[in-house]
Amino acid sequence: MATPLFSVRDLAKVYRMGEVEVHALRQVSLQLGEGQFVVLLGPSGSGKSTLLNIIGGLDVPTSGQVLYRDEDLTQADEAALTAYRRRHVGFVFQFYNLIPSLTAEENVALVTEISEAPMPPPEALALVKLGERRDHFPAQLSGGEQQRVAIARAIAKRPSVLLCDEPTGALDISTGIVVLDALARVNAELGTTTVVITHNAAIASMADRVIRLADGRVSSVEDRTEKLSPQELSW
Amino acid sequence: MPDAERRMRISPLNRKLLRDLWAMKAQALAIAMVVAAGVAMYVMYLSNFSSLRATRDTYYERQRFADVFASAKRAPMRVATDIAAIPGVSALEARVVATVTLDLPQFDEPASARLVSIPPDRRPRVNDLFLRSGRWIERGHADEVLASEGFVIANNLKPGDRIPAVINGRLRRLTIVGVALSPEFVYTIPPGDLVPDDKRFGILWMDQQALAAAFDMEGGFNDVVLTLAAGAPVGDVIARIDRILEPYGGRGAIPRALQLSNWTVENELSQLQTFGFMLPLIFLLVAAFILNVALTRALALQRPQIAALKALGYDNVAIGWHYLKWAFAIGAAGVLIGIGLGALLGTLIIGLYNSFFRFPVLLFRVPPSVVVGAAGMTLAAASAGALGAVVRAVRVPPAEAMRPEVPARYRRAIFETPIVARQLGTAGRMVLRNLMRHPLRAAASIVGIAFAVAVLMVGLVFTDAIEQLIQTQFWEAERQDVTVTFVEPRDAEARHALERLPGVIAVEPQRSVAVRIRSGHRERYLSITGVPAQPRFKRIVDRNGRPVRLPPSGVVLSLTLANVLGVQPGDTVTLEVLEGHRPNRQVQVTGLVDDILGLSAYMDVSALHQLMREGDVYTGALLLVDANESHRLSSELKATPAVAGAGFKRAIVASFRETMAANMNLTIFVNLLFASIIAFGVVYNAARVSLSERSRELASLRVLGFTRAEISLILLGELALLTLLALPIGWIFGYSLSAAIVSSIDSEVYRFPLYVTRRAVANAFLGIMGAAVVSGLLVRRRLDRLDLVAVLKIRE
Repeated sequence: MATPLFSVRDLAKVYRMGEVEVHALRQVSLQLGEGQFVVLLGPSGSGKSTLLNIIGGLDVPTSGQVLYRDEDLTQADEAALTAYRRRHVGFVFQFYNLIPSLTAEENVALVTEISEAPMPPPEALALVKLGERRDHFPAQLSGGEQQRVAIARAIAKRPSVLLCDEPTGALDISTGIVVLDALARVNAELGTTTVVITHNAAIASMADRVIRLADGRVSSVEDRTEKLSPQELSW
Repeated sequence: MPDAERRMRISPLNRKLLRDLWAMKAQALAIAMVVAAGVAMYVMYLSNFSSLRATRDTYYERQRFADVFASAKRAPMRVATDIAAIPGVSALEARVVATVTLDLPQFDEPASARLVSIPPDRRPRVNDLFLRSGRWIERGHADEVLASEGFVIANNLKPGDRIPAVINGRLRRLTIVGVALSPEFVYTIPPGDLVPDDKRFGILWMDQQALAAAFDMEGGFNDVVLTLAAGAPVGDVIARIDRILEPYGGRGAIPRALQLSNWTVENELSQLQTFGFMLPLIFLLVAAFILNVALTRALALQRPQIAALKALGYDNVAIGWHYLKWAFAIGAAGVLIGIGLGALLGTLIIGLYNSFFRFPVLLFRVPPSVVVGAAGMTLAAASAGALGAVVRAVRVPPAEAMRPEVPARYRRAIFETPIVARQLGTAGRMVLRNLMRHPLRAAASIVGIAFAVAVLMVGLVFTDAIEQLIQTQFWEAERQDVTVTFVEPRDAEARHALERLPGVIAVEPQRSVAVRIRSGHRERYLSITGVPAQPRFKRIVDRNGRPVRLPPSGVVLSLTLANVLGVQPGDTVTLEVLEGHRPNRQVQVTGLVDDILGLSAYMDVSALHQLMREGDVYTGALLLVDANESHRLSSELKATPAVAGAGFKRAIVASFRETMAANMNLTIFVNLLFASIIAFGVVYNAARVSLSERSRELASLRVLGFTRAEISLILLGELALLTLLALPIGWIFGYSLSAAIVSSIDSEVYRFPLYVTRRAVANAFLGIMGAAVVSGLLVRRRLDRLDLVAVLKIRE
């Protein structure tokens, strides 16, 4: 296995929802290697989004430890987490979260402006095959196109890790495949560690490693040697 | 009653309303406060108007306030019978009136009093007094007087106290036996002053025979007041009185409307009425607009709920009414707060009135009609604000309402050329495009904030105007230290007598002549001031303090007087002199001066002497004095029989400042309060609406690694831009509003300079920016609490 980028040890997260305690994560331990394409599989409420949010520095665990390389994310304060996200993490969300008042290229530039050694926005857009539509506003783009802009925005800063929460959840099959193809290319060409959350088991076939979660625990970890291309996936 | 049953008494829809309102309580309160500010102004002005008017009407009627006032040099009593016989005259009181110097031990400078005769054994038939305390004077006690209440209070006097007065050259000790008020002297200003000074000027009512004896007026009178029967022709009566009094040195009769005290009260009433309507209207319009914006946003968030209600079978009317009540609830809160605030401020202002105006009772009351009017205006404003938003939200078919609103469409701003765009940066572009997406909303926010700037500016402009008035009047125009008035015109010898007094450095004699100035059928009574060719102290200056050179012949009129008479330079006017041998002359108008005084006319002093066919005769003098000797000078002047009064500039300016400060501090406080409320309400709502619309976008930016400061810049930058754009527009509004107020004060009695200083504008700008910063910071706190995870999960 490659050098671990993330080491997660005994991670637990308890939410208070009014008077009820929800155990989103219970004693989760795992490692994510550099350059891997990881798929987190699991039903709703299995804790996959919580895990992703903690790894991405959006949330803090109740107990346990997350190491990014040598940095202990669980000890980091708000400002340190912001800096961590700014430097190392790229996010892709189910609902794209583009800024509606900025064009595709400007949405990408939003991130490159605050990064140290970014790729030029047109190059990032070309990588997701959207070079032609760089001057369009989000409202002028289809769902799949918007998601590809989001991917371009996420990778333009050359992050260490790309975290994708249900990136195809709001898309139909053919559009979903184009988006997954973009993710696979980024992983292959830039070597960016990519973590994709999905409840669509078919996507697991394109992963190096598949982690299954159920009820807040890791139920299985599968390291794969044979990866399929997105076009070969059967939904 | 079971709990559930009790709860069901409020319908579920109304309970939803209450909880929705509670959820947006800060925003609702900000809107309610703007409504409250408008209502408070309305209540304050119109309640004061109605209190003041009711008090005046009752007072005038009960005390039989005169319809016509006339004075003469000296007329025998039988002439009064002739005047009483004029058709239309219903009652008459012939009196002796004189101004005397008081020797109050507590002042260095002489105080003065107006002595007015009253009959000892009955109440006056016209201008009856209201006896506050003590008793009426008794026949045979020549030194008993009733003293005006303002004077008594200001000098801490009481019945039984004695006041030394120099009456026709003799010092007499007058005993106060009662404290009284008169409808004739609701508002009094000392001769030669601009504002009331109750400490140094009072009215003393004295036995008719005693006063007549002191001034050699036995069997005669020099002043007459009369009431008219309903419908009597005032102009005709005045013309006949003038004819009757002419041989006796008549100084021209005036109607009630031109009597100083009444004129001042009337002027205050008309201002209250004007502003009581205009200013609240501005506030309610602003409130209606922010209500509209806030409600439009709130209803956009309620789309799924509206759909659900429709699916459950509620019709458009029921749902529309539900959301309309939302606006009414906010309006009602504003009305309640506003009435409370208005009553509080109204009481403060009535307190201020009670220090200017002397009424037996002037109480602050909020009439029911004002409450109804405030509620009605607010209801109208709230409906206007809510209606558009409600109709738009309710009209959407249920199925469509279930779906999220269509994503916002943006465009590049037209002026975003590549170069400009690069300068702007990403945050700048976001700010700009957000404003461009709702240009009307942005414009309305700007106008709202601009009104706040205007309201604040008006208050500050007037403080500066007062300083300018003092500068122009007391330093540019009148550069003397003391103004002396003689009892009778004196020759040049008087000048030398004054020069010999202690501390007097220089003397400039003055001649003023009482005239009726006429052009066609338009006429006014006033004094023409003679000005030396090279004036040392008293100069004619325009309202900006620039001296005006007087031509050697002809008469120079103030702009106000020229307008009243309808004349221009080159025209001739008729001067009917009301003293001496009463010459009648045609004189050419050789110049106009745009000054701060109301009606004034000037002539070269030698030309004036020529007109009067007299030598060096003077009616007073201006003195430059050594400040160290002013105490001795004052005692000497008090003891000089020929001197009717002496005004020390230091004391006059001090009292002017004190009076104006009391008035202005309250006005500025009120304006500052209301301007802050508007600015805060508009900016806070704009910020909250933006935050609600864009929390998702801002949270996304945080996730992408933007710091709090960076996303604050995007949200607050928009507010800062709105505020900055509002400032110059606010300056225009403020200037126009100040000009409107100045022209409403512009009268025959005095004018106000419109003097907008950089300081006033800068302070208004700073005040509004301060209010904007405070509301920005409040919203920023919410930005810091943005829930990053939750906001990303919701699809808007």
